[in-house]
Amino acid sequence: MSVSLDAVDPSAKIAIKAESLTKIYGADNTEVVAMRDASMTVMAGEVVALLGPSGSGKSTFLTAVGLINPPTSGKIYIANQLIMDGPKALTNLRSFRRKHLGFVFQKSNLIPFLKAGENVQIACELNGLSSRQARIRALELLDYLGIKDRSQSYPSMLSGGQQQRVAVARALANRPSVILADEPTAALDSFRGRQVMELFTKVAHEQGTAVIVVTHDHRSLEVFDTLYEMEDGKLTQKSKEPLVSAH
Amino acid sequence: MNLAIKDISYNIGRFVLTAIGIGMLLMVVMGMGGIYRGVVEDATLLIDRLDADLWVVQRSTRGPFAEISRVPAKLSDRALAVPGVRVAREFVYHTIQRQDGDRVLRMAVLGLSWPTDKGDWIPLVEGRPLGQSRFEIIADQTLKLPLGKQIEIGNEVYLVVGISRGMISSAGDGIAFLSSADALAVQLDVPGEAVRLERAARESRGRLFDAAIQQPALLENATRQSGQLPAIARPSISAVLITLEHPSDAKAVAEVIGGWTDVTVYTADEQRNLLLKGSVEKVRSQIGLFRILLTIIATIIMALILYTLTLDKLHSIALLKLIGASNSVLLGLILQQALILGTSGFGIAYIVGQQIFPKFPRRVIITSEDLIQLAIIVFVISIASSALGVWKAMVVSPNEALA
Repeated sequence: MSVSLDAVDPSAKIAIKAESLTKIYGADNTEVVAMRDASMTVMAGEVVALLGPSGSGKSTFLTAVGLINPPTSGKIYIANQLIMDGPKALTNLRSFRRKHLGFVFQKSNLIPFLKAGENVQIACELNGLSSRQARIRALELLDYLGIKDRSQSYPSMLSGGQQQRVAVARALANRPSVILADEPTAALDSFRGRQVMELFTKVAHEQGTAVIVVTHDHRSLEVFDTLYEMEDGKLTQKSKEPLVSAH
Repeated sequence: MNLAIKDISYNIGRFVLTAIGIGMLLMVVMGMGGIYRGVVEDATLLIDRLDADLWVVQRSTRGPFAEISRVPAKLSDRALAVPGVRVAREFVYHTIQRQDGDRVLRMAVLGLSWPTDKGDWIPLVEGRPLGQSRFEIIADQTLKLPLGKQIEIGNEVYLVVGISRGMISSAGDGIAFLSSADALAVQLDVPGEAVRLERAARESRGRLFDAAIQQPALLENATRQSGQLPAIARPSISAVLITLEHPSDAKAVAEVIGGWTDVTVYTADEQRNLLLKGSVEKVRSQIGLFRILLTIIATIIMALILYTLTLDKLHSIALLKLIGASNSVLLGLILQQALILGTSGFGIAYIVGQQIFPKFPRRVIITSEDLIQLAIIVFVISIASSALGVWKAMVVSPNEALA
């Protein structure tokens, strides 16, 4: 099944661009540089892995480009718009996040009191769709991800893999330019983890959505188009071959 | 999609228990207001039911309810002679506490001015008004005296001929209606030994009088019944109730009777105010203050509950923020839950109260006005108490969703 993503401008090509992002916590003696001069460009339909040890600054980078945690300096462009100029937001971030960004987390992070279908539906409704349209869209997405039959189940009744699929469906609900995933397979076994990674690839290639995945899981690296590594707050692009062949 | 309803549906058990808790609390607030209304209603019930235009009481007293009043029994005849007075009734009122088998029987005794007043105005659930001048009684149902029961009070036996409903004294005791002669007999009933001692004392005092020394036969009168002695006045009654030809003449008639040096005249409204400003005032203040205290407690408890409910959802709220929910969505979630909780609590308070309040020993009267007032209070409480939760929801960072 194909789900249209007409909100993404195909001519935009560059889905997200981070320029020289730096994040400093504290000041003077307590100053900690969590991210230093990090730059990344992700094209529409590209799947990017962000690797690195714990505390290296991966999540800081992800929350910065996710417009949750503003950088101390640097620029963030999404869908050809300059959104962050240093810590200064140039638009309503919450509204922009709703329209252009999708999030998938380590744990599925579904709203526990909403059923699977409703977890997707709420994202559509928040973006202005009527309740009926949102329900149809939610069922389309769940069908696309192969879990339509669980739409009436609460998250607590779903397996970890099913929950992540619902989370991916919710991330796709508003046809975002970019999906940001923070260790989405950490709570899954290798089989289900691989399934989720392949799902991201499928979504990116079929829907033209850029996907940035923070991961420790080196077993599925071959599904990514580009690899980046974060170490001590520094972001560098890595060649895919050595890493993939090592696993 | 209504998030508040969805959350409530998912946690229905917890919500129901919380609503019951708040409902019970609101029921107490409602009950306190009802008890106050009941006290006022009970206090003014007699004044309203007796429907007198003027109350004539002992000079400079605020009787007969706020304090003791004694006026001569013949005062009713004097009052009846005043132009504009249609009816002047004797009014006898006092409280007694006697033993009825194993239970303590406490009742307010009200004397009806036979034959002018046979108690036709008393709301009866069973039986009839007084049919004869002596030894019949109409008892309020709260006294639990069955129709036809013969009850011994003092030296006399009275037959229960009627059962009234809702006739309560300002102290909350059921009222027993007797003829004024019986009411006085009950009030003045003394044991035979006390009578004999009084007669002996009277004879002893008489011996010292010159007249008795000169005419010893006079001392024989000392042992007669009080009623047979012209020098001893009839027992006093509590007040005289006046019904006017034209109620608009109240001021003029009150001026005439008020000119008598042995009495004071009150209109029905003044009598009601005396009661409310006197014995009922402290009860009213006490209940009012307690009600305010309970309302504050209810607000604090509701605020804590709503804050806890918000804390439980904080992760979901952060997640909603992360996926772009506006503040109005989050505000709606918390406020709607607060209002649903408040409304449910109010409904439970009303329904449970309707079942429980009638079983209270004193009347609890819930008026529509009080219900509307409480509904407004609950609305305000719901909004105010959700403020803490709203504040918490507003300050939570979307980052929390990633934690």
